[in-house]
Amino acid sequence: MIHQVEIRDLNFGYGEQLVLKGINLTVPKGSLVAIMGLSGCGKTTLLRLMGGQLLARQGSVCVAGQELNHMNEAQLYAMRRQVGVLFQFGALFTDLSVFDNVAFQMREHTRLPESMIRDLTLMKLNGVGLRGVQSLMPAELSGGMARRVAMARATALDPALILYDEPFTGLDPISLGAIGRLIRQLNDALGATSVLVTHDVQESMKIVDYIYFVSDGVIVAQGTPEEIHASALPFVHQFVWGEADGPLPFHYPGPTLRMDFGDERGQA
Amino acid sequence: MRGAWGHGLRTVGDTTLSIVGRIGAVVLFLGQILRHSGTSFRRFGLVIREVYFAGVQSLIIILVSGLFVGMVLGLQGFETLQSYGSSESVGVLVALSLMRELGPVVSALLFASRAGSAITAEIGLMKATEQLSAMEMMAVNPLARVVAPRFWGGVISLPLLAVLFAAMGILGGFLVTVVMLGVDSGAFWSQMQAAVDFHHDILNGVIKSLVFGVAVSAIATFEGYEAPPTAEGVSGATTRTVVSSSLAILALDLLLTAFMMKGWN
Amino acid sequence: MNRATLNLWVGFFVLLGFLAFLMLAFKVGNLNLDGSGGTYEVVAHFDNIGQLKERAPVRSSGVLVGRVHSVRFDTLHYNAEVHMVIDTQYHFPVDSSVSVLTSGILGEQYVGLDAGGDDKMLKNGDEIKLTQGAMVLERLIGQFLFNKAQEGGTDKTSTDKGAP
Repeated sequence: MIHQVEIRDLNFGYGEQLVLKGINLTVPKGSLVAIMGLSGCGKTTLLRLMGGQLLARQGSVCVAGQELNHMNEAQLYAMRRQVGVLFQFGALFTDLSVFDNVAFQMREHTRLPESMIRDLTLMKLNGVGLRGVQSLMPAELSGGMARRVAMARATALDPALILYDEPFTGLDPISLGAIGRLIRQLNDALGATSVLVTHDVQESMKIVDYIYFVSDGVIVAQGTPEEIHASALPFVHQFVWGEADGPLPFHYPGPTLRMDFGDERGQA
Repeated sequence: MRGAWGHGLRTVGDTTLSIVGRIGAVVLFLGQILRHSGTSFRRFGLVIREVYFAGVQSLIIILVSGLFVGMVLGLQGFETLQSYGSSESVGVLVALSLMRELGPVVSALLFASRAGSAITAEIGLMKATEQLSAMEMMAVNPLARVVAPRFWGGVISLPLLAVLFAAMGILGGFLVTVVMLGVDSGAFWSQMQAAVDFHHDILNGVIKSLVFGVAVSAIATFEGYEAPPTAEGVSGATTRTVVSSSLAILALDLLLTAFMMKGWN
Repeated sequence: MNRATLNLWVGFFVLLGFLAFLMLAFKVGNLNLDGSGGTYEVVAHFDNIGQLKERAPVRSSGVLVGRVHSVRFDTLHYNAEVHMVIDTQYHFPVDSSVSVLTSGILGEQYVGLDAGGDDKMLKNGDEIKLTQGAMVLERLIGQFLFNKAQEGGTDKTSTDKGAP
């Protein structure tokens, strides 16, 4: 079994506080894996670690068999050419047109003639159904369209690994379905491996091969969508069915109600 | 008592340390920019684009302010010199103040608030909307692709703007004193030519504006690149660019003037 | 904004900047006198040059005809050696004289050149023999006081003589 991404005993934190504790995670080649959890549980941090933008404190992060912690800057940049990332809100370059956004990496990294760049770019835009908006600026696109353009840009150089950061946030149900299908299609068509960080359970359950649940910096559950759906774990149940209170408390930890209201001495 | 004094002293100490630390950080950042400047010169189109945004778009404000400053200098100088019966020397006064001080300094101050703040806001917003992160993940170094071209665009633009400011100011002084107040045109130019030295006044003025260009561009790109990635952070960074560039310009001006008056050797 | 228009604007801007620089250099500055090459150099020795500096004007009848090129101390004659460059369009006889003068009461010092009557003209490298150094205020005052004292002294001796 070949793993595109392999994370072993990973610890990571900002300052004193540990955000990720003892993470073990593998993403087999060609699969589509989702990492789920509440907002702020360290999912995006995990994605940045896979892209080499953050380096692990302890443990190892391997992409395509290479350990990121031991790389110098040049090696990191070389590794990133094999990785496509879709950022949370697309992160399109606002000073470039849609066409130039998608063509950006081809112009930066290849010496292809302009005519070939044009053809490739239009093909990528056609793949996400947006060949018609090539001359618009990113500010003129709707949220869903911007997300799709960003997908075309992330896959412009046919990367071996595609990372998606919250691809479903802030989209209407139709765009949401379209993006979900595109993620699956791109993964299969390019023969790539994809990692999806999301908190949208229903949409991602339809498309992914395997799911990891992260809570409070620890992986609490994992399995195929069927296993997760049938899971009896209270946390997973709460998450999948969207219950307000459960193992994950509704209230942020703090002083008791009695201490905040009225009785300042906090006596019972 | 002692507590209050101690607190006050500590504040002074903290502020001093943070200012020194910030200057150091800008200098280190300047080194980083220089290290990643290869792309800017291999693909000079990137720099030309930034010369357009920093230089061409500041042209109007620089030309108009230059004209006004020159006119005011002409009026004030004429008023004062007339009482000594040497109103022809007004050309000397206008030219020397513009070449040595006002041209480089005022155009750098205007440039900091017009182009410097725009550079900070642009880079800061690119950071806040994750465009810089996205670029890094596309294996393109934002320092080379975004920061360095903007830096060089500023460094190239400012000396040109300062020269235009001075030329425009002399024209303004000429208009007010010769055309309106009736100073003799020949005396105006010849006295000026007799007093203004190419190396000592004109070249030194250009050197000053070049130094200011480096300082303002480095501060503007630094503040943008290090801005907290929020709306509040970017607006704060923009303000800091204008404030610290202005202080840097005036402090460097003092240093450079002192050096130039003593002579470099 | 397409690329060609952008480049055009930047080209225009850079050109404008260089034109302004040239204007400053030639119209405002004084890059025209020795820059054009049309000059010849003469030398003169002064016993005192006062505040005369390099690049000070050389005037004849008040017209700018050249500039002081360099000033140094001549260790052979123990006086100041001043090199001047004169524009080639102005010719002066070899017996012309130069003096260090002041423009106005507090103005800059310059070299005044008075033409002589000889048929031969000065050429590159020649020396002007007739020189008049700068007036030094302290010496003037000293001379004045000395003269006064002398006058006073003669008066006194005359009264002394007349006393007996």
